[in-house]
Amino acid sequence: MKSTEEILEYLFETFPGTEFESLQGDVGPARIKVPAAMIKDVAKVLRDDDQLLFNTLMCLSGLHYPKEEEMGVAYHLHSTQLGHSLALNVRVSEQKPEVPSVESIWKTADWHEREAYDMFGIVFTGHPDLRRILCPYDWEGHPLRKDYVQQEFYRGVTTKE
Amino acid sequence: MIELISDTGERREMTINMGPQHPSTHGVLRLELVLDGEIIKKVKPHIGYLHRCFEKYAEEVGDYAKVIPYTDRMDYVSAMNQEHGYVLALERMLELELPERVEHIRVIVAEMQRIASHLLGIGAFGLDLGAFSPFLYLFTEREKILDIFEKISGARLLYNYMAVGGLMRDVHPEFKTDVAEFVKTFRPKIKELDDLLSYNRIFIKRTANVGVLPVEVALNYAASGPVLRGSGMKWDLRRNDPYSIYDRFEFDIPVGEGEMGTLGDCWDRYIVRVREMEQSLRIIEQALDSMPDEGDVMQAIPKRIRMKEGEVYVRTESPRGELGYFIASNNSASPHRVKARAPSFVHLCLLPAISKGSLIADMVAIVGSIDIVLGEVDR
Repeated sequence: MKSTEEILEYLFETFPGTEFESLQGDVGPARIKVPAAMIKDVAKVLRDDDQLLFNTLMCLSGLHYPKEEEMGVAYHLHSTQLGHSLALNVRVSEQKPEVPSVESIWKTADWHEREAYDMFGIVFTGHPDLRRILCPYDWEGHPLRKDYVQQEFYRGVTTKE
Repeated sequence: MIELISDTGERREMTINMGPQHPSTHGVLRLELVLDGEIIKKVKPHIGYLHRCFEKYAEEVGDYAKVIPYTDRMDYVSAMNQEHGYVLALERMLELELPERVEHIRVIVAEMQRIASHLLGIGAFGLDLGAFSPFLYLFTEREKILDIFEKISGARLLYNYMAVGGLMRDVHPEFKTDVAEFVKTFRPKIKELDDLLSYNRIFIKRTANVGVLPVEVALNYAASGPVLRGSGMKWDLRRNDPYSIYDRFEFDIPVGEGEMGTLGDCWDRYIVRVREMEQSLRIIEQALDSMPDEGDVMQAIPKRIRMKEGEVYVRTESPRGELGYFIASNNSASPHRVKARAPSFVHLCLLPAISKGSLIADMVAIVGSIDIVLGEVDR
């Protein structure tokens, strides 16, 4: 069982020169910020390394930070073998919200990533089937973005009361 | 779109829709099936028919507490467990200390809700496979739980009973005797259910060796709850990541053992739910014994909730599996982001992995055995 600080140190040793960052809010546990381009490689190590063994991805959620003009993805991992948990964060710019998919590492990411794409417009590169999941395929915009404006008509039917 | 097999005897694949209006899809779920004869080549679930924008609402309502009634409506057959998960996440962010009486009442209603939810899940599963009478027997029992919930909260399905730091109102004076009476009358019914359905030969034929989920696949898909335990893994968040006061109670974690066929088949997932009800009764009995008779259930409720900046992910064991709430706050009265990680959503994602190569009739058994609630899938 490792704490987030120990895992962060371990990641620094495994990926020399990568800019990992420790995030600590006023509430909640510490998180590790990972450069977006590295997330898939980091995920693979987290899953396969004997010391880490994060075999399940509990949750993956998209986030929008309008002030910073950034999109974010939060990953929550747990190891059923070693009993430790970890939160990872990724930030990408609003203009080019591309994050490598971790679907090939944890299959459960498939639908979570589709949901984040549908709701936030985050593009998960390498995802085998990145389609909308909750909204209709021809819906406009991404509803959970803070600047979302609901379309007035959908196929000629009003969407407002 | 339906393509017909040509009458020249040439084999062609056929694509048909199961749902969105189909009695055994437990709500509005569309499964696109690619068939070769009656063998399933490929399944593509289509969801979103019940999407009500829970997460957007939670961000925009302007008050953390006003989200609670909405959590009820996600998994509407286990509303108490949904509320419990949400208020627990907020209490962990606020670092609130709860009165003993509140914790005990919460555990008792959560376990009763688990039983009620399993009764519905099992009953509907039997119904899907053509066993009509168990459904009626189980609903009689479920009704007794709903009667108790109606007495404490005023509602039979969507309770809005738990509050951040406490409960909306205290239980009625006869609560303990009502629950004790229910536990006494319900226990022998589990045996009846075993005779009526669990060991029924037709039921076993329909469910054993069907929809086999190996434990490694289950973990890679982050399965949880009865679906993971049905594959033989002893994993229960009440034990492995204890919350509330579950660490004080003694109970076993039933797992699938491949009794009727292969480990991780539909029957294993089913029997885990049946045996779990017995364990819930044990927890309720212990909680009734140690529950204090006096105490204000509303004293710890904060007047106004203003959360500092931070992110938490808090998970609880709902009847369907790991119910997680990811909440990001940003120094204001409403959350920056709420994501409900619903177990049914995750389990539906693994449906294609366990149904490939099975018969179309078995599809009904597989969907029934993972016990999904579409309200929670779509949110």
